[in-house]
Amino acid sequence: MSAFLEATDLTYHSGGRALVDCIDLSFASGSFTIIIGPNGAGKSTLLRLLCGELAPARGAVRWDGEKLHMIPAWRLAHRRAVMPQASDLNFPFTVFEVASLGTQGIGRGLSRSDRQRLALEALEQADVAHLAPRNYQTLSGGERQRVHFARVLAQLAAGRTLETQQALFLDEPIASLDLKHQLALLETTRDLARKGLAVIAVLHDLQLASNLADNLILLHQGRLVTRGTPEAVLTPVTLIEVFGVTLRSNALPTSPWTLATAQEHPAA
Amino acid sequence: MTSVALQQGRARTGFRESRALLLTALAGLVLLVSLVALGLGATGVPLSRTLSIVTDAAMGRTGALGGDGLIILQVRLPRLLLGLLIGAALASSGALMQGLFRNPLADPGLIGVSAGAALAAATTIVLGDALLVPLIGPLPFTALPIGAFAGGLLTTLALYLVATRSGRTSIATMLLAGVAFGALSGAVMGLFSYLSDDRQLRDLSFWSLGSLSGATWSKTMTVAPFILPTLLATPFLARGLNALALGEAEAFHLGVPVQRVKALAILLVAVAVGASVAAAGMIGFVGIVVPHVLRLLAGADHRMLLPASALLGAALLVAADTVARTMVAPAELPIGILTAAIGAPFFLWLLLRRPGGMAL
Repeated sequence: MSAFLEATDLTYHSGGRALVDCIDLSFASGSFTIIIGPNGAGKSTLLRLLCGELAPARGAVRWDGEKLHMIPAWRLAHRRAVMPQASDLNFPFTVFEVASLGTQGIGRGLSRSDRQRLALEALEQADVAHLAPRNYQTLSGGERQRVHFARVLAQLAAGRTLETQQALFLDEPIASLDLKHQLALLETTRDLARKGLAVIAVLHDLQLASNLADNLILLHQGRLVTRGTPEAVLTPVTLIEVFGVTLRSNALPTSPWTLATAQEHPAA
Repeated sequence: MTSVALQQGRARTGFRESRALLLTALAGLVLLVSLVALGLGATGVPLSRTLSIVTDAAMGRTGALGGDGLIILQVRLPRLLLGLLIGAALASSGALMQGLFRNPLADPGLIGVSAGAALAAATTIVLGDALLVPLIGPLPFTALPIGAFAGGLLTTLALYLVATRSGRTSIATMLLAGVAFGALSGAVMGLFSYLSDDRQLRDLSFWSLGSLSGATWSKTMTVAPFILPTLLATPFLARGLNALALGEAEAFHLGVPVQRVKALAILLVAVAVGASVAAAGMIGFVGIVVPHVLRLLAGADHRMLLPASALLGAALLVAADTVARTMVAPAELPIGILTAAIGAPFFLWLLLRRPGGMAL
């Protein structure tokens, strides 16, 4: 499939430092891309540039040839959803109300009950339907993350009534989830990719990343080191040069938690 | 679908009805408080008589008005309407500010409008005679409210410009600049009260405590065109504020034009609070207490919170004003004393029951 989301010469500065430096990328529908790299590599910044939240200092992100910052916020919200790292709420919204934010003002020809149904289905998918009447502020970190996943799913479902080509951006979506919900969330996003969404995620767990993604993007100090299939990207050479860790063999271990200590190794 | 989800679905179908119920109950409260306020005072008027005077006047039959009719139509009714307008303006502005600052303890004063208006008013009171009278002759009695209104708007505009960089307003910067400006304005106010003579000092303290006692039809009718449009426009910000509760980036992801919502909310609050302060001086705590009580009662959804705040604020301020003018009749307490005396302990109680401290 052809690429619909393209970044050219993407550069972003903050405090006199280039957080993202001259990056060219493209994403096709149905692709599952994971951005990896050590701490401070510019992964979150790249994600925020790609979803239109940050305006690049140089270069551009284009959706079907149209510059992202020229697309009005409401239309962009139909095309892509973004799951943030963490989100606090200072007001006593219920879980259902938070998920419903994904359907408020999004979608065409949806009745009030349609929107309710979409929010409820999303809560089911994220396995938080049983928390629907609860005050969001009383939830644990992992439950909160699942509620935001539900909100994002509801937004995509509502947006689908207007836009056929969609993308989903996730920043550390499984950071505070238990293993069962980590796998469930990643399984759901992979299903979305199979249905034609472009999924772009930042993930620390190299093992999960290499198992899931058809494409890895390896960043180091704001620059694109390499992009390609997991086998092509995760070589002993890149692991030493970028992450500063040595693995005993070329092959990644098969158990999902063997790399759990290596992944948090401080940036080289 | 699990049964819990189905139950929730049913509960949610009732959202519209429960919202309508709450708003109807609050509207009933406003009506009740209004009738009591019209009847109570130095001259008591029975409820049935109050009703017949008001309905007669509404239908244009003003021929046979007695003394009580004049009191109600010329004295209490304009004051009641002014109280309703200002109470609604302060409370819905409070809800707007709390939504914008993502903090349940935010107050309309945070964007500098009250401090700016108070400073302009103090300047007019203390320096007006010395500086302006030689230039333009005797000051019209409208000089003070017009000065206060302009001072409030200009201060908010200045803070907005300070906090806005390349098209993005930093709410935190605006808050801090507002704190700095508040301190500065406090210093200048102190200087003015030091410089002022006895009459000016009384005017100053009267202004800073707030009162509806100057209410006339002309005053009420001057304030209404500023406050009513802001009250009508406020509910349109509800969806934006709901999304903003998650954070500015999240609101943008959800398709909310964040900068436009911020600018509009600040404009509405500046106009509504500026007009309120110009007409009645500084009346504190209505803007904090009312939205908070409603959040405890009915949740945080701004689609309910904004209109409900306007109604409860109107009822609360009229009730406080009725107490203010009957408690020590025929004299009057400044209403700001009452709202602060009730509001400040309530505010402390809110602080104490918040788990884990507070975030800005």
